[in-house]
Amino acid sequence: MDPFLLEAIVNGILLGGVFALPVLGLNLVFGVVDVVWLCYAELVMVGMYCVWFLHTQAGWPLILAFAACLPVVAMLGLLLHLLVVKPLLGSPPITQVLATGGVLFILQGGAMLTFGTDFRSLGVEMPPMEVGEIFVSGTKLVAFVAALVSAAGLWAFLKFTYVGTAIRAIARDREVMPLMGVDPQRIYLVASAVGGGLAGLAACLLVVQLDVHPFIGLSFGPITFMICVMGGLGNMLGGFLAAFLMGVIISTGGFWWNTEMSYVVAFVFFIVVMFARPRGLFAR
Amino acid sequence: MEGATLSLEGIRAGYGDFQALFDVGLKVSPGEAVGVVGPNGAGKTTLLRVISGMLRPKAGTARFGSTDIATTPAHMLPAMGIAHVPENRRLFPHLTVEENLKVGAYIPAARRRYAERLAYVFDMFPRLRERRHQLAGTMSGGEQQMCAIGRALMSSPRILLLDEPSAGLAPLVVAQVFALVQRIRAEGLTVLIVEQNVAQVLRVVDRAYVLDAGHVVAEGSSAALASDPKIRSAFLGGH
Repeated sequence: MDPFLLEAIVNGILLGGVFALPVLGLNLVFGVVDVVWLCYAELVMVGMYCVWFLHTQAGWPLILAFAACLPVVAMLGLLLHLLVVKPLLGSPPITQVLATGGVLFILQGGAMLTFGTDFRSLGVEMPPMEVGEIFVSGTKLVAFVAALVSAAGLWAFLKFTYVGTAIRAIARDREVMPLMGVDPQRIYLVASAVGGGLAGLAACLLVVQLDVHPFIGLSFGPITFMICVMGGLGNMLGGFLAAFLMGVIISTGGFWWNTEMSYVVAFVFFIVVMFARPRGLFAR
Repeated sequence: MEGATLSLEGIRAGYGDFQALFDVGLKVSPGEAVGVVGPNGAGKTTLLRVISGMLRPKAGTARFGSTDIATTPAHMLPAMGIAHVPENRRLFPHLTVEENLKVGAYIPAARRRYAERLAYVFDMFPRLRERRHQLAGTMSGGEQQMCAIGRALMSSPRILLLDEPSAGLAPLVVAQVFALVQRIRAEGLTVLIVEQNVAQVLRVVDRAYVLDAGHVVAEGSSAALASDPKIRSAFLGGH
């Protein structure tokens, strides 16, 4: 095989791993709470600023900055639920979407006021590794492995714990849950905190690859939502697989044409999928 | 856990402007098996929903032991010993049998005894042990009903509320379900069962209430009700 194509495919898979975390987080929250967090990419942006600030400004070791980023963004997810989503739980979906969309602009504006519009770089770069005939970015590889480990951890949480099993149950039938002693409001809180935590994790993996600025969410937010819809909104496994598919399409699209066209290819593919399988690629 | 008496007095309940229950009173003593029978739309399901906290009564008192059901959040009631097998079973079809049972053991007291309760339920329903890794939604109606009852039993309840356990099942399976109800009550568990299948249910309960259009129109021992000419003509086909 053409080593450049192989490199594009490998890079696509690595890219998919990074998409996978926010996709899982969004799907988790949507599946449980039935609300789309339109500001999800902006939660990731806040996490990226958090790491950048603690590491470069406050002088914390990077690993400590990462460790602090998770609870900070998880707490942000909790606050988002308590202050914005919970009061609107019975409202029409459009109201909820507009409200979380409003939070998107508040977070963007807040970041701009606090940090300005400069691109902030962590200044961390690992040397590329040579694997066989191709070069792989060390940073991307580490981020990819961390994303996979996190996804496996999330899977184990949902599969083996009581709360995780209740989370999977509530996605199908909320009304019946109290009969088993499950307080749905508590499960919403857990899902929102875990959803926020996944945004924090994604922030750690992205901030080592991309410079952070107030509008960074726009560069991966839309694609994240697209992947969620393509995998079937609320379907964790579908979203996870679609993340890799989309990563490879974008990456190889850049190989066949050019980087600018790669997102066009991805969106065309998305539209075709939506016509062929409106409920998502992996809908049962 | 020791027994507790379920007692309802003057319960009025409904949905919006529609009133489904009018001054309904009911009492179930520890160890008793009691039936609530009546035609479709009589308010039987509403009555169970009041007892498990899914629906707040508009008036009246509802107590289980020392617990005031009408003011306790529904999700606290399983810890007080109330387990409700709802209408249409309401299993989680996309979870395995064992995962459904695990959700039934969600309350802390049940988690501590999970292995013991799982063995108990699998003992009672060997079919569930065979199918423990199968998705609940892929089982037959009878197996799903067993899984729903098993899920309720996982919490070691003091009272088991059953809503139409025979609905939609083949006659042979209905007989199996009622045999299980008999076994559960023989073990000393208090049972309150709502049924349209009057003839069958009167064979497994001690007493029953007849509910019609939201009113208790008759109550008495199973034997007395089964021989009551009015009940016979209304529910038992007159023979």
